[in-house]
Amino acid sequence: MTRVITIARRELGSYFASPMAYVVMAVFLLACGFLFWDDFQPGQIAAMRNLFDWMVWMLVWTVPMLSMGLLAQEWSSGTMETLMTVPLNEVDVVLGKFAGSFMFFLVLLSPTLLYVVLLAAFAIPGIDLGPILSGYLGIVLVGGLFTAVGLFCSSLTRSQVVAAVSAAAVLFVVTIAPWWASGKTLSSTWIAIINQTVFRRYTDFSRGVIDSGNLVFFVVTTAVFLFLSVKVLESRRWK
Amino acid sequence: MISVRELTKVFGQTLAVDHVSFKVHQGQIVGFLGPNGAGKSTTLKMLTCYLPPTSGGASVNGFDIFHQSQQVRQNLGYLPENVPLYGEMRVSSYLDFRGRLREMDKDQRRQRINYVLDRCWLRPVQDKVIGHLSKGYRQRVGLADALLHDPPVLILDEPTIGLDPAQIREMRKLIKELGGHHTVILSTHILPEVEATCDRAIVIAGGRIVAQGSPDELRASRRLTARVLVECRGPRDQIVEALSRVAGVNQVEILDGGAGGDGTFITAALRSREGSDVREEVARTLMQRGWALREIRLEHVTLEEFFVEVTAEQAVGR
Repeated sequence: MTRVITIARRELGSYFASPMAYVVMAVFLLACGFLFWDDFQPGQIAAMRNLFDWMVWMLVWTVPMLSMGLLAQEWSSGTMETLMTVPLNEVDVVLGKFAGSFMFFLVLLSPTLLYVVLLAAFAIPGIDLGPILSGYLGIVLVGGLFTAVGLFCSSLTRSQVVAAVSAAAVLFVVTIAPWWASGKTLSSTWIAIINQTVFRRYTDFSRGVIDSGNLVFFVVTTAVFLFLSVKVLESRRWK
Repeated sequence: MISVRELTKVFGQTLAVDHVSFKVHQGQIVGFLGPNGAGKSTTLKMLTCYLPPTSGGASVNGFDIFHQSQQVRQNLGYLPENVPLYGEMRVSSYLDFRGRLREMDKDQRRQRINYVLDRCWLRPVQDKVIGHLSKGYRQRVGLADALLHDPPVLILDEPTIGLDPAQIREMRKLIKELGGHHTVILSTHILPEVEATCDRAIVIAGGRIVAQGSPDELRASRRLTARVLVECRGPRDQIVEALSRVAGVNQVEILDGGAGGDGTFITAALRSREGSDVREEVARTLMQRGWALREIRLEHVTLEEFFVEVTAEQAVGR
């Protein structure tokens, strides 16, 4: 466990040493700021639902930019060799990398808490905290799943660009599916599959509904991608 | 200490390491010598548990690389080829990170980091960002990392590659000092490195061990006897005749005329019978005849000749 923490700490530290992370963070917060501005007007409902729904779209490209280097860089620079020749196993590496990246995601998200403070200060008669909290829970779960997908894509290649583009492509498809499907005549199998997509499950959270099925969905899919990353890491050395 | 049995590695269609077996005793410094692509790095990667062998096995400090990989990795320090490091970290925080990964406690980490910073002459750069360091310093950071947990076994893959001559000398001196306390395997394709630092050399070519032994034994095994070079002035034919009559001389060969630039001195190369030193007798003969003698010198056979010979044989044999 201490090894997982050690790897996570180093990973988090390396974000703060990289200009890339600051650029991604700045663009993300700028976009959030513009979206919040639209909602934060006299006469509007004091809620963040609109912002939360947009945030998922921003995370489709933000998270892959943050996760692309996690393992791809270790492969390309050869540090995987120094890492794997100390007594630790693939699970330590994957969990440590995931935790480090996920913590940076939380750092990225934390300035948006300011919006909650602003809403609380100016809303009349007051704000309904419930949907805001459940919205944050949802966005944290989405961030976790996206990070795990990004980590998995990063484990497959030495190229950070390939890792980022493939992760963004996968996330884009699973996120856009409900939009694409709406208004189309599809077989029941397809509808069942599309109902499993991220966005449909996420919108429940932003509406203020915490459904245990949705919780389980995010936790399990995250775990599956972490497991797959471990397997890729193991098999790449055995080739 | 290290025992390797029939170790084999196949990458797809390529046989990279072919039934390699050898032993390294405690405190020895062993040089792994071979041309580029001979299978040196692959063998070392298997010993460090980074690559699993296709067949065969090995044990390090009594632990099997396959079944006791955690203990093996605990017992060895590894400097990979090209020294991969995290460029954005500072030297001391990198070493601290590595110490934490090895689960060393705080006091132990502080003490060992201080020790390796001094040992590898890293004091002046301890707060510098690794990415800004020169190749020589990066190499030392890698070595400091390998030494951090005081492992009984050190595996160094091309430790002097990319260093300037002064740094190479420093690095070799350091490695030599590490022998005795640590068991060291280092790989190289530079021959003088083995002669300068190693107790024993293992020559590998085409994935197979083609020779092993101390540098002296390797030279002897090929009967590469030393030559005596004599630079003197006199009638060429008479000199050859007189020198070949000296007791112990087997063969006389004139290398070049006028080596001294004045056109009169010639250099004769003598091959003598094993174990006999003909220098005194040669000098006496030349004096008696009244020929001028400018230099007489025993030429040591370098491992280079040996190396070129065995690796060429290997290339022809395949």
